[in-house]
Amino acid sequence: MKGEGHPVRPPPRKGRARFATGAFIMVLAVLWMLPLLWTVFVSLRTESDTNAHGYLSWPRSLTLQNYSNAWTQGQILMHFWNSAKITVPAVIITLFLASCVAFVVARFSFRFNLILLLVFTAGNLLPQQVLLAPLFKIYTSVAVPNWLSDSGQLYDSIAGIVLINVAFQTGFCVFVLSNFMRTIPEELTEAALVDGASVWTQYWRITMPLCRPALAALATLLTTWIYNDFFWALTLMSTGDKLPITSAIKNLQGEYAQNANLLSAGSLIIAVPTLVVYLILQRQFIAGLTLGSTKG
Amino acid sequence: MTTDTAVRTTPSARRRRRVRRLSKRDRIVIALMIGVPLLLDLALIWGPAVSTFFLSFTNAHGAAPSKNIGAQNYTYMRTIDPDFWPALRHNVIWLIEFTVLATPLGVLLAVLLDRGIRGSRVYQSIFFLPVMLSLALIGIIWELMYGAQFGLINGVLGKTSPNDAINWLGDPKLNLWAVLVEATWRQAGYVMVLYLAGLKAFDPALREAAQLDGANAWQLFWRVTFPTLRPINNVILVVTVIESLRAFDLVYVTNGGTNGLQLLSAMITQDIVGPANRIGYGSALGVVLLVISLVPITYFLVQQFRKSER
Repeated sequence: MKGEGHPVRPPPRKGRARFATGAFIMVLAVLWMLPLLWTVFVSLRTESDTNAHGYLSWPRSLTLQNYSNAWTQGQILMHFWNSAKITVPAVIITLFLASCVAFVVARFSFRFNLILLLVFTAGNLLPQQVLLAPLFKIYTSVAVPNWLSDSGQLYDSIAGIVLINVAFQTGFCVFVLSNFMRTIPEELTEAALVDGASVWTQYWRITMPLCRPALAALATLLTTWIYNDFFWALTLMSTGDKLPITSAIKNLQGEYAQNANLLSAGSLIIAVPTLVVYLILQRQFIAGLTLGSTKG
Repeated sequence: MTTDTAVRTTPSARRRRRVRRLSKRDRIVIALMIGVPLLLDLALIWGPAVSTFFLSFTNAHGAAPSKNIGAQNYTYMRTIDPDFWPALRHNVIWLIEFTVLATPLGVLLAVLLDRGIRGSRVYQSIFFLPVMLSLALIGIIWELMYGAQFGLINGVLGKTSPNDAINWLGDPKLNLWAVLVEATWRQAGYVMVLYLAGLKAFDPALREAAQLDGANAWQLFWRVTFPTLRPINNVILVVTVIESLRAFDLVYVTNGGTNGLQLLSAMITQDIVGPANRIGYGSALGVVLLVISLVPITYFLVQQFRKSER
């Protein structure tokens, strides 16, 4: 609508400034890619080649052998499986619990709503380390039935890691989902209410289907975050073979005996799941991030 | 808001009416929908956050019974522990670097890419890539860059022989800065994405008006864009502070958070799960980090919820 009447002048941009900006971005982009490109390069080289000619040299031969060695020596499959056993249940439970709270907060005007939101949102912003001492005590003292944890405790069990991830991530999701649910017209649930629908029906049949875009974005984000979490399993687990892949990274350095070629191949294998998200679901991921930062 | 025109009620009367309309079963469902997540949050987040404070006045070690030792942990921290002040200083340096370099770089990238440079989408994807990787993995990938013999950087500088190789990650004078480069590699992309989302909400009419008035790019950003993006600026400020207080994975992967890379977060972890199991002392460090963190957290909450109350 604006600028009608006045012909809008093209923005006064000097050719030289434009060129400088383009060059600046391009140089920076190349620098930004260097670490990963270098990792790929190192991972494709044979040890004999790099030992003889140094790492910064023209490759005499390229190989995929490092990938298969890294895969078997690092027991990558086992650690991937551990990551899946933690990430999948944690994402589902988090979204379920968070959407429950968000629904109640968004649909009913109870007096405690604001406090509830504050409690959940603030909890998610704390540094993880602040919680560690009491959590460590809780985890090592609470007995858990054996079908849930083979250690008999929350400590050193997959269930324990799922639980803390759920508790820690729920806050952010409550915040995002309650904002999202407030944008859904209230008439929809009001109408259902008139028809005698129970609270559960309003939540599960009416609100949740409308939240699909937000849920998809959050699921993408949570999967990446929980898969990428290093801290909880590092501190609340002791058996190396139970560690999810991200927390096993430090041990892998030992398994690969400081062999840079193996280490780079292993790193890239570990990055594959997040790179898949990056390539296929980047839009969802960014949507999730920005849902939390820009309201409405 | 007002669908049923038959009854016009004040908000509070309306609320009471609606709550009363709920059946007993509905009320149980609501109690469960809130109660279960709340219980989990209190038991595993707020309970521990509060008990850290109490544990910090004890000498808790592993599973041994602990006793109250007053403020001794804090005295030890302040006067004896050789790592405490360096750790605090490194946390502050981290925060300053994020505030003056990493975050502004991200904002700059967002502003430049938002102007529709050719290949803007590709550039966005490139700068965003590190955000997808775990920080632990970023630490490993950069070890390949910094490695004394096999690293790209020393290779380019021609310093790969054992006697003149630069020990980027081992030299306590250098390693904090080396790790900060790694952190910036990720943080800038993160901020860029957040800011780009904010810029999308920016009304182009404002820009056109300013340009018609002859504003240059610098004035346009500082006088028009930046002030109108107040909400996203707040979010980014909080993200910057919180992320720098949370810094942990990079230093822990690099050397466990020692020798030039001490951070409060790493000290807490080493004390609690390390061989000494100094839970009491770790808690005291935790309280310090908690108190510092409450500043940006409170700021964020006040900003967010004052707005939603309106």
